[in-house]
Amino acid sequence: MTSSSSWPLRLAAGAGLLFLHFPLALIALYAFTTEDRTYAFPPPGLTTKWFAVAFARQDMWAALWLSVRVALGATAIALVLGTLLAFAMTRTRFRGQGAITLLTVLPIALPGIVTGLALLVSLRRLGVSPGVATIIIGHATFCIVTIYNNVSARLRRLSASQLEASADLGARPAQTFRYVLLPHLATALLAGGLLSFALSFDEVIVTTFTAGPQQTLPIWLYGELFKPRQRPVTNVVALIVMAVTFVPILLAQRLTLGTDDPSGAGKGT
Amino acid sequence: MSAPPSALGAGRPVRSGRRTPRWPLLLLIPPLLWLGVLYLGSLLGLLSYSFRSVDDFTGQVLPGSTLASFQALFVPSNLDIIRRTLVMSVAVTVACALIAFPVALLIARSRGPRKATLLLLVTLPLWASYLVRVYAWRLILAQEGVIRYFANRLGLGGALDALLATPGIGGTSLANSSLGMFLVFVYVWLPYMILPLQAALERVPASLLQASADLGARPAQTFRRVLLPLALPGLAAGSIFTFSLTLGDYIIPSVVGAPGFFIGQMVYTQQGAANNLPLAAAFSVVPIVIVTLYLSLARRLGAFDAL
Repeated sequence: MTSSSSWPLRLAAGAGLLFLHFPLALIALYAFTTEDRTYAFPPPGLTTKWFAVAFARQDMWAALWLSVRVALGATAIALVLGTLLAFAMTRTRFRGQGAITLLTVLPIALPGIVTGLALLVSLRRLGVSPGVATIIIGHATFCIVTIYNNVSARLRRLSASQLEASADLGARPAQTFRYVLLPHLATALLAGGLLSFALSFDEVIVTTFTAGPQQTLPIWLYGELFKPRQRPVTNVVALIVMAVTFVPILLAQRLTLGTDDPSGAGKGT
Repeated sequence: MSAPPSALGAGRPVRSGRRTPRWPLLLLIPPLLWLGVLYLGSLLGLLSYSFRSVDDFTGQVLPGSTLASFQALFVPSNLDIIRRTLVMSVAVTVACALIAFPVALLIARSRGPRKATLLLLVTLPLWASYLVRVYAWRLILAQEGVIRYFANRLGLGGALDALLATPGIGGTSLANSSLGMFLVFVYVWLPYMILPLQAALERVPASLLQASADLGARPAQTFRRVLLPLALPGLAAGSIFTFSLTLGDYIIPSVVGAPGFFIGQMVYTQQGAANNLPLAAAFSVVPIVIVTLYLSLARRLGAFDAL
């Protein structure tokens, strides 16, 4: 592709990007409003008192902590299963491989409401009561594909010759894995893991079905949306959630930036 | 790794032919147990519920199978729900594709730090919590909110009122209209369209576009005959997300929008308040069938390589 871009393209693209960011800026503005009953624009005045109010809310902290635990658990499971899947799918060929790809995509391709309801029905049948474990199970199911995508993309770019060279130089498979494969995959795993964490941290639909009485942060936010106790507090928490998720994403971005086209990875594979 | 000796090292390029190693199949066992048994099993369990019926008095699921729940889908009010959801999903997908194209093209044509920055600008909103983004639109669409404020300041208040008076898309306020809901859907899923589209456009070699121009094609012709067909896998991949996410969402229709259920809300209400699990299951079969058809179509268009 050429690097020159015409001004209508820039204008249209700029408008698209503005559209994506304007609502977020608004959230930040409303976190400081002095008006706590309506969404009046522009805010009549600005204050920082809602931050103190938000930090004093115990229910918010409990929900935040649960979300972190769930996201960590789901990501850990997804890292293992997604990586195994990626290895199996890229290192061999077999009948029905397409079906497995489909099965991997299905949990994110099917609407969350279907996944959620299906899991709920199963849990009820098995007599499992909903709780932290069931939320993690639900989240891990759709996080697998994130890891799978990241790792298999990286594996496909890794030329077999590198592994062959390692073997030719006398490395045992475990050594090849440790010194060649793992460093090569590290950033893909980390980036995939961060994406999976953010995906889980944000999920609300599957969670409503598998959570029982537990409140993750999105569920808490959803409750506040409908019957807000203090409206600007919702904005403050929204702002905090944004800040908390942006940091790992920016990190992931930086991490994968330099290694996106690993030198010597060979374009043949 | 419990690979047999030299298995890792012996890996030939997978595409080169028959002699691919068999041991990686063993690695499939844990993920397949999870996805195949736990997830697919649950889905099948859900399907089986759709053939059951519920006792009107006790709310108990009755033994035996029946097509009653599926028949109920064809009651006019339920058909209405399905139609309404489908129309919205298609409209959102088309709008997302239109808005995403220039953004994706600009990113695909950029290089280096500029490209990284643009990609970041697209992905960041995605990571601002979904609920936060929906909530932001409540602020924007509210009767006393931003759009009304600017419309009034620009003297367009009357135009906005006229728009809201339009049957089908209007309502008492933007927050209570199909138009408002449409805006929120487009906003929330837009990055899911931009990213795969960008990936597809990126793979279009510049030489191809130059060749088209050299052969005398006007920019519009190059776009229609060269760029668009090559972008199709990306569009198809993006549309899987925008279409399917709209099809199943129940949060957005319950936070903003006109009265009238969407499929997702119906599933949620039937399993919860109405306690009619078989009908909820039958309703959830609708998106399963539609998405499966859609996926097989998208796969033919090469969407899975662009995901």
